[in-house]
Amino acid sequence: MQITINGHLKSFDYDRMTIAELVAHMNLTGKRIAIECNGEIIARSQYEFTQLSQDDALEIVGAVGGG
Amino acid sequence: MRELDMNDELIIAGKNYQSRLLVGTGKYRDFAETRAAIDASGAQIVTVAIRRTNIGQHANEPSLLDFLPPEEFTYLPNTAGCYSAEEAVRTLRLARELLDGHKLVKLEVLGDPNTLYPNVIETIAAAKTLVQEGFDVMVYTSDDPIIAKQLEEIGCCAVMPLASLIGSGMGILNPWNLQIIIENAKIPVLVDAGVGCASDAAIAMELGCAGVLMNTAIASAKNPVLMASAMKKAIEAGRESFLAGRMPKKLYSASPSSPTTGMISGA
Repeated sequence: MQITINGHLKSFDYDRMTIAELVAHMNLTGKRIAIECNGEIIARSQYEFTQLSQDDALEIVGAVGGG
Repeated sequence: MRELDMNDELIIAGKNYQSRLLVGTGKYRDFAETRAAIDASGAQIVTVAIRRTNIGQHANEPSLLDFLPPEEFTYLPNTAGCYSAEEAVRTLRLARELLDGHKLVKLEVLGDPNTLYPNVIETIAAAKTLVQEGFDVMVYTSDDPIIAKQLEEIGCCAVMPLASLIGSGMGILNPWNLQIIIENAKIPVLVDAGVGCASDAAIAMELGCAGVLMNTAIASAKNPVLMASAMKKAIEAGRESFLAGRMPKKLYSASPSSPTTGMISGA
């Protein structure tokens, strides 16, 4: 399936995937991040229960230096 | 010093802070320098920006928050780079999720990429939404006293007018407006943006500001750690000077500081 992550189109060899699996795949497990799927924030506790679908658009953000 | 003065703490959204200097975490050479400068500043509240995670590479690279652990600092996630109320609200909702329900935020909505001057109309719209959603909003704004008052009435927990443009280091350009804002406000007024050197910070505090938020003045100094230390002292000196109450200004004085009698000429 294809998903847009932070504006980039990404292809995955799976038909079904949870957000938790995607996070693990991207080596982000345990990292302090927040995720928005199609404009809606997904609580961290829901990652393992949230199935991704073809053409979903994700924003994955973290905290960086800023004033 | 009297006990009253010793307990002179900054209170924001019901939480007490000993330091009245708030600092940004951007523009430093590396995280070690960021940490060293923040330690020297004595700041307890540090701003952070919310940005897209770098996907793919460097998953094990240290992050800013590793150097500034949440047990030691109060984070102030900002909306830097947002040009609409919608963008700003979206960013801070993500920040709240990112920081486990953290409510204290810095709202700024910009109006122009060249000057980074705030768009107060979008700022007011975003402030209304955020306050309704339970955020504690410290709001960056222009030095317009009417807008500052409206932001207070919306329910923001602190109002933060600019001293001059973000990153300009031009100092306090309109002390009179700041004074009107401070006199009218029942919530803390902090100067945010434009401070260039320690004396600017001291002047802000002498005007009666509750605190100062700065980033570039420290990060872009030749020696950021030394400037952070200077800022800490300036904030403290300015605050004490404000509390002490300055002498009245006079064009000249007919009352010298030394005795007028007992002169050796015997006159």
